[in-house]
Amino acid sequence: MPKDSGIGASSKRREDLRFLTGAGKYTDDINIHGQTYVHFLRADVAHATINSIDTTAAAAMPGVVQVFTGADFEAVGGIPCGWQVTDRFGEPMQEPRHPVIAHGTIRHVGEIVAAVVGETLAQARDAAEAIVLDLTEKPAVVDMKAAATEGSTKVHDDLASNICYDWGFVEENRDAVDQAIKDAAHVTTLELVNNRLVANPMEPRVAVGEYSRSDDMHTLHTTSQNPHVIRLLMGAFVLGIPEHKLRVVAPDVGGGFGTKIFHYAEEAFCTFAAKAVNRPVKWTSTRSEAFMSDAHGRDHVTKIELAMDADNNFTAIRTETYANMGAYLSTFASSVPTWLHGTLMAGNYKTPLIYVNVKAMFTNTVPVDAYRGAGRPEATFQLERVIDKAARERGVDPIALRRQNFVTEFPYATPVAVEYDTGDYEATMAKLEEIADIDGFAARRAESEAKGKLRGLGVNCYIEACGIAPSNLVGQLGARAGLYDAATVRVNATGSISVMVGAHSHGQGHETSFPQVISEMIGIPEDQIDIVHGDTSKIPFGMGTYGSRSLAVCGSAMVRAAEKVINKAKKIAAHLLEASDADIELKDGQFSVAGTDKSVAWGDVTLAAYVPHNYPLEDIEPGLEETAFYDPANFTYPAGAYACEVEVDPDTGKVTIERFSAADDFGNVINPMIVSGQVHGGIAQGIGQALLENCAYDEDGQLISASYMDYAMPRADDLPFYTVDHSCQTPCTHNPLGVKGCGEAGAIGSPPSVVNAVIDALQSGGKNVTHIDMPVTPARVWEAMNNA
Amino acid sequence: MTGISMVVNGRAVSGDVEGRTLLSSFLRDDLRLTGTHVGCDTSQCGACVVHVNGKAVKACTMFAVEADGAEVATIEGEANADGSLSVIQQAFQDHHGLQCGFCTPGMVMSAAALLKDNPKPTETEVRDYLEGNICRCTGYHNIVKAIMAASGQDVSAIAAE
Ligand code: FES
Ligand code: FES
Repeated sequence: MPKDSGIGASSKRREDLRFLTGAGKYTDDINIHGQTYVHFLRADVAHATINSIDTTAAAAMPGVVQVFTGADFEAVGGIPCGWQVTDRFGEPMQEPRHPVIAHGTIRHVGEIVAAVVGETLAQARDAAEAIVLDLTEKPAVVDMKAAATEGSTKVHDDLASNICYDWGFVEENRDAVDQAIKDAAHVTTLELVNNRLVANPMEPRVAVGEYSRSDDMHTLHTTSQNPHVIRLLMGAFVLGIPEHKLRVVAPDVGGGFGTKIFHYAEEAFCTFAAKAVNRPVKWTSTRSEAFMSDAHGRDHVTKIELAMDADNNFTAIRTETYANMGAYLSTFASSVPTWLHGTLMAGNYKTPLIYVNVKAMFTNTVPVDAYRGAGRPEATFQLERVIDKAARERGVDPIALRRQNFVTEFPYATPVAVEYDTGDYEATMAKLEEIADIDGFAARRAESEAKGKLRGLGVNCYIEACGIAPSNLVGQLGARAGLYDAATVRVNATGSISVMVGAHSHGQGHETSFPQVISEMIGIPEDQIDIVHGDTSKIPFGMGTYGSRSLAVCGSAMVRAAEKVINKAKKIAAHLLEASDADIELKDGQFSVAGTDKSVAWGDVTLAAYVPHNYPLEDIEPGLEETAFYDPANFTYPAGAYACEVEVDPDTGKVTIERFSAADDFGNVINPMIVSGQVHGGIAQGIGQALLENCAYDEDGQLISASYMDYAMPRADDLPFYTVDHSCQTPCTHNPLGVKGCGEAGAIGSPPSVVNAVIDALQSGGKNVTHIDMPVTPARVWEAMNNA
Repeated sequence: MTGISMVVNGRAVSGDVEGRTLLSSFLRDDLRLTGTHVGCDTSQCGACVVHVNGKAVKACTMFAVEADGAEVATIEGEANADGSLSVIQQAFQDHHGLQCGFCTPGMVMSAAALLKDNPKPTETEVRDYLEGNICRCTGYHNIVKAIMAASGQDVSAIAAE
C-alpha cells in the first residue's frame, strides 16, 4: 500500500496552488514604489579596445536618471570566482579581473558596456541608443585549441596565456597510466565534443535593488538558487557591504538548472545603483540578453583512451580535455571540468588506473559554468561512449562488457580520489533490462525495418557525486567556501511548525517534500508544517540548491534540528508526565511513558514550552526552536542504468526517440512523484543535448544561436513518455535520511544512451559509423551515413 | 498614448498605453495581473498565452491597442468561481504537471483552448498542440498526462508516478 503522507508518500505539491492560479511571486512580479529601470548596453563585438564612451547625449534624454560606465565601478571589486584550482605544476590558476561593467576592453558579445537608469524601461532603452562608443576591434579567440597555441591573441593581455590552468589528475599516476596503455591488449580511442549548451530556465534572470538611507540597508531581490551565497560574494568581494546591511531575497524562481547559482554583474549593478540614485532599480532580462549573459554550460573537447586486457577487463583510462571558461571565470567555473569531472571518471567500473588532463581555456565567449550535472555529464558521456565503441571493436555485448567491469564491493575507493559508500549496479542494470524490455528489442527492430526505418538500442550506466559537499575536503581542493547547510525548526505555541531552510526551491517541491520528513518524525499532519526559504533575513544561513544537495545536505540539517527539538520536547513531556526523559516515546504526535498508558499530546507540550507555568525552568529554557548546521561526511553517489531506443529515417537522417527507460538508485525516496518528475525533466534536457541543442559561435565570436529561433529547445513533440523506476535503493550510509539526490541524474544519464542508440541503428543498417558529435541532427546523421 | 478598454476575466478595465505596448506588458505592468509570464522575445515560448475573444493568443505577439474592446481571459480567471481549481488546473496538480511554475499559466491556457476544440485529444494531438509552449522542467511527460486526464481519459497505463 502506498503511504498517503510522510516519507515515501507521493504527497501532492502545495506550491502548485499558487502557480496554477497565477499567484506565484517571481522576481519580475515585484514592483516597488518609485522604482527605476535599467537597460544595459551590451557589446555586439567579441573583442575590442574601448577608446572612449560618450554618454552626454544619452544623459540628456527624457526620463534618464543616470548613466553608468566601467569607470563608475573602478573602485569596487571584480566578480569573484569561488574555487581556486591548482595546476599540475603546483601553480594557482590564472584569475583575471571580472569587472561589473567592461572597462578598457570588451571580451565577449553581451558584456555590459554601459547602463542607463531611467524612469521607464522604454526611456532607458531609447537613451542607450544615444551612447557613442569608439572601439578598436581585435581578433576574437574562439577555438580552444587555437587559443592554446603559442602566439595566439590573448583574451587578457595581463595574463601569460589563454590557459587558465593545465590540470592533471591524479598527477602521480601519469606515467603508470601511460605504461598501462602501452602494455594493453586493446585500446579504444574516441575523440568527441561535449556541445556547448544554454541552461534556459523559462524565467529569465531579474534583479531589483533597493536602498534605505535611514538605516544604510541594501536589499536585492534576485532570481537565485542560493541567496546567502550571493550575499557573501557580492557583499564581501564586490561591493564591500557587511552582511547585516545586505538582505538578499530570492522569491519564487522559475527554474535554475545551475545558471542561477552564480553571482552576476547585473545583481551587483542594481544593488550599487540603487544607492547611487537613491531609488529602487529593476532589471528584467530579455531572452536575447539571457543567451548572451547567463553562464553557458558544457563545451568540452575530449580525447579518451580506454585500455583493456585480453579478457576485456578495463586496465586504464587516459583523457585529455579542453574546457571552455569563456572570457571570465564565473562563480564555480573552475571546479566543473576538474573536481566535478575528473573525480567521476571511474564511473561504475573498477578500472585501476586513471589519468585526467584538463586544459581550461579563456576565449572571447560568455563565461561557462555549471549546468545541470556540471562536469558529471561530460565524464559520463565520454566514458559510456568509449565503452560502447570498445564493445563493438571487441565484438562483445555492450551490456555484458559493462557488467564484467562493474564495481561490486562497497565501500569502493576509486583511483580518482573518491570513495563510493554504497551502490548496486547489477540491480539497476537488471531493473533496466526489465523495464526497457530489452528482450523484446529484436522484434521491435524487425517492425521498424519492415517500415523502412533503422532501429537502434543504446544503453549506458552513470554515477554522480551529489550532496555537495564535505567542507574540509572541498577546502583542500580549492573551494573558497564551506558547503554545509543549515535549518531552523521553529515550533509555534500551538504545535504548528515553521522550518527555515538554506536550500532554495525553484521547481523541486521542497515546500511539499521537506514537511513530509518532519511529519514522519513527529507524527503530526504535513499541513501543520511550513517551509520558509529564499530570504537571508528569515533563514539562519544556507549554501542553497545545486549539485542535487538540498535533501542530502539541508534535509539532514533539518533532521538534526528536528531531533534537537524532539529531545527538548521529551524533557518537557517528562516533566508534565512526572516521568524520566529516557522513558518518553514520541509516536503519532503523542508523548507517552514507555510501558504505561500515560501520555500527553504534541500540542500540549509545545504550549507548555511557550506558557511555562508548569515547566522545568531550572533545567531548560522556555520556547521550542532549534537550529542545526550539517556538513556531510562524504558525497552521495546516485547511480543507474538508462536505455534509449531510436528510429532513424535512412532517407533524411531524422532520429526519433521511440522508448526511453531509466532505472535509478537514489537511496531512500521521500516523494516518489516528485523524484520521477525530476528524472523526466533531466532526461528531456539530456535528449535535448543529444539531438537538438547547440550554442554556436562563429569565428568572430558572434553568438549565432541567440534566440529560440536558433537554439532548439526540446518541445513536447520531440519527446516520448518515459519509463522511470527508482525501486532499487541502496541508502546512503552517512546521512540521516539515507538519501542521495535525484535532480541531475536524468541530464547526466541520458545523452550517451541516445548517441549509442543512433550508432547502433546505423550499424544495423550496414553503415560503419562509430561516432557522431552532439547534437545528432538529421544533417549530421545523413552526412555520417553517406560518408560511411 | 492611446486610451483603451477591455474586459479582463469578466471585469471592465481601461488604461492609456503607447502604441508599442504589448498586451503582455499591459496585463502585467498596468493591470498587475502578473500570472501571465514573459519567457522570450521571439514569440516562441508560450508562457504568455491568454485567451482573446475565446481564442488562445500569445500576449507578447499582440499590441495592447489591438485588444481594445476585446474579452480577455488570463490564468487569474481560470479557477472556479468558488476559488477551487478548475478541472485542468486540478489535473496539473494531481499529475505533477508543473515544477517551477513559470510555463504553467501558458500551459494551462493552451490546454483549455485545446480541450475546447478537441475534447478527447490523443497523445500525439496534445504534443503537437503544445509545440508553441516550452517547458524546461517537466520533460512534458506529466503535462501531456495531465491534459489527457483533464479530458476524462484514463491515463493510469502511462508509465510512472
Ligand atoms: S513571451 Fe510570448 S511567446 Fe514567449
Ligand atoms: S514547470 Fe518550469 S518551465 Fe515548465
